[in-house]
Amino acid sequence: MEGFSNKGYMNMSMLRFTTAGSVDDGKSTLIGRLLYDTKSIFEDQLEQVKHASIQKGAEHINLALLTDGLRAEREQGITIDVAYRYFATPNRKFIIADTPGHVQYTRNMVTGASTADAAIILVDVRKGITEQTCRHSYIASLLGIRHLIVCVNKMDLVSFDIEAFEKIKSLFQAFAKKIQAQELHFVPISALFGDNVVSLSENTPWYNGGTLIEILEKIPVNNFIANSGARFPIQYVIRPQSDDFHDYRAYAGRIASGTFSIGDTVMILPSGHKTNIKSISVYQENISSASFPLSVSISLDDDFDISRGDVMVKMDNPPLISQEITLMVSWMSEKPMKIGDKYILRQAARETKAIVKSINYVVDVNNLNQFERDHLQMNEIASISLKTTQPLVYDLYKENRITGSVILVNEGTFETAGAGMISA
Amino acid sequence: MNHLKELESESIYIIREVAAQFERPALLFSGGKDSIVLTHLALKAFYPAKLPFPLLHIDTGHNFDETLQFRDELAKRIDARLIVGYVQQSIDEGKATEEKGINASRNVLQTVTLLDTIEKHKIDAAMGGGRRDEEKARAKERFFSHRDEFGQWDPKNQRPELWNILNGKKRMGEHFRVFPISNWTEMDIWQYILMENIPLPVLYFAHQREVFFRDGVWLAKMPVIQMKPGESSEEKIIRFRTIGDITCTGATISTASTVEDIILETAASRVTERGGRFDDKRSESAMEDRKREGYF
Repeated sequence: MEGFSNKGYMNMSMLRFTTAGSVDDGKSTLIGRLLYDTKSIFEDQLEQVKHASIQKGAEHINLALLTDGLRAEREQGITIDVAYRYFATPNRKFIIADTPGHVQYTRNMVTGASTADAAIILVDVRKGITEQTCRHSYIASLLGIRHLIVCVNKMDLVSFDIEAFEKIKSLFQAFAKKIQAQELHFVPISALFGDNVVSLSENTPWYNGGTLIEILEKIPVNNFIANSGARFPIQYVIRPQSDDFHDYRAYAGRIASGTFSIGDTVMILPSGHKTNIKSISVYQENISSASFPLSVSISLDDDFDISRGDVMVKMDNPPLISQEITLMVSWMSEKPMKIGDKYILRQAARETKAIVKSINYVVDVNNLNQFERDHLQMNEIASISLKTTQPLVYDLYKENRITGSVILVNEGTFETAGAGMISA
Repeated sequence: MNHLKELESESIYIIREVAAQFERPALLFSGGKDSIVLTHLALKAFYPAKLPFPLLHIDTGHNFDETLQFRDELAKRIDARLIVGYVQQSIDEGKATEEKGINASRNVLQTVTLLDTIEKHKIDAAMGGGRRDEEKARAKERFFSHRDEFGQWDPKNQRPELWNILNGKKRMGEHFRVFPISNWTEMDIWQYILMENIPLPVLYFAHQREVFFRDGVWLAKMPVIQMKPGESSEEKIIRFRTIGDITCTGATISTASTVEDIILETAASRVTERGGRFDDKRSESAMEDRKREGYF
């Protein structure tokens, strides 16, 4: 870490972003480059990779080996699962959700994108916009990622030709209208040689949009959708039952959106009880107000029967309450979903059961075409409608990423079978 | 919000999910800085109530006295229940076999004792201080990591983890390992220790100790480690970057005597903290293999 200081470290922010790609896209090389050029790779890690590269008969260090963690991945030269990687500049800590890019790993891409504030879309300048570009961009926008950073890679192989870069840029801009991406960034890079990744390239005098790392440092953190009002899903009730805190009762959770302050009138849903906030605390410290994404405990003027799964809200801009929802779902289970299937549904801290009422359409993630079918297979994305046994307190996903998302759990195996974003 | 506060909030959220979703959770306490930070976060999550779960320590019998003393004092100070599983007992009962030879260690044997203790106390979620930045197999670990009835990890068949929704549902006999500080780096841990003024065992700070050099690592001269002919010990000013079983905990030549010193040293360091771990040097996938079997 260059320019390190203790004081500076206390002012660092944290950005989460996702990448998708396969080995030949240069994704691993790009991540290796980011880690290496920000000095986040240690000598012993590099030593390990050198050793492994030589053992496999490679002529130079294969940076991809840095990122492939499981033995099966190293043996087969593929990425199977989501891996999380960390690096920092003096201003910011970064968490990369590094995912495979082939269509059979759509569920992994969705998982990686679900917590990200930005997505890197890798385009090989020689291949241009492909099905894969379309798929990665669609998944990023489906998960509500506002910032897409299109890295036009392998610029060294086209002699850093401005025309080649501009052509891809305009094609992508046209395509992006279909997926409602909000902020687009374009960078001409060579991950292999490091051009415009961490240091500005001398090979692209025609480019003045900043290096990839500069773009990543400027993107607002926690920028994802939270247009709804203040929401506080109750996670746990704290009752010490000790002599010192005999009647103490507080509601613990992480604020999903908005700001709660002492004295605010709040409503508990779905019961509809109204009361005021008495205190907000983080450990021994009492604070006057708290916002996303702080974990706090809140005590109220009146104690009702409030338990895990209830939601505390402020009354301006209230959430929706219903037993029937429509959602875009990414299917993650080998067992297909059919109309009439029942699942355990988890949303915020609430758990209920749900039955599939209809599969409205399936999306072909390679070209965004929609088609009809009576079942949904692993790695497919579709619009479905569900009915739940208990009412849900929710927002639309486009308004609130936390209260607008659900997972569906298989009742027999308890595996996470699907992930859904509520659309109506 | 700075990134330490955000990481803290994320970890508290995960720890509360454990208390809400499981019946008999426990916090795996090793006496190392990561499990000390985890304990601190757990205290914050439930204050002013006490921890709603016990601390669980797997004692290899090859621990530094300072670690055990710290453990007992901490448990007393926070009024937490402490469960200790003894590797020696697993050996005596014939469930584990002591390794032989010059690099013999009880590190691997801990898995047997851990799984035994989990079963004996019917623990359904064991929280640990593992971090994804520590090692490449750990980079793929979930917050809620599912273990089958044999306590094994199947890295190719992990449950996807989306948004902040954690799925802790399980069938009879299965359990979970939970890693609330997955997203922290070594540097984050040290900065947080400084920010929160968290007490640590004295082993982390520079002190004089008799050590010897083996395969690029300084090891403490203790009765439980056999020295090879030709190896000789000397007095050095050292500190430990990680604390575990004596036989595989490497020391660093250092004069860092405060948390601030350690932070500066960590920032300048070009070797990962696991670079001093003898247990990871066994093979390229040493950690993955141990984790599959049910290691921490």
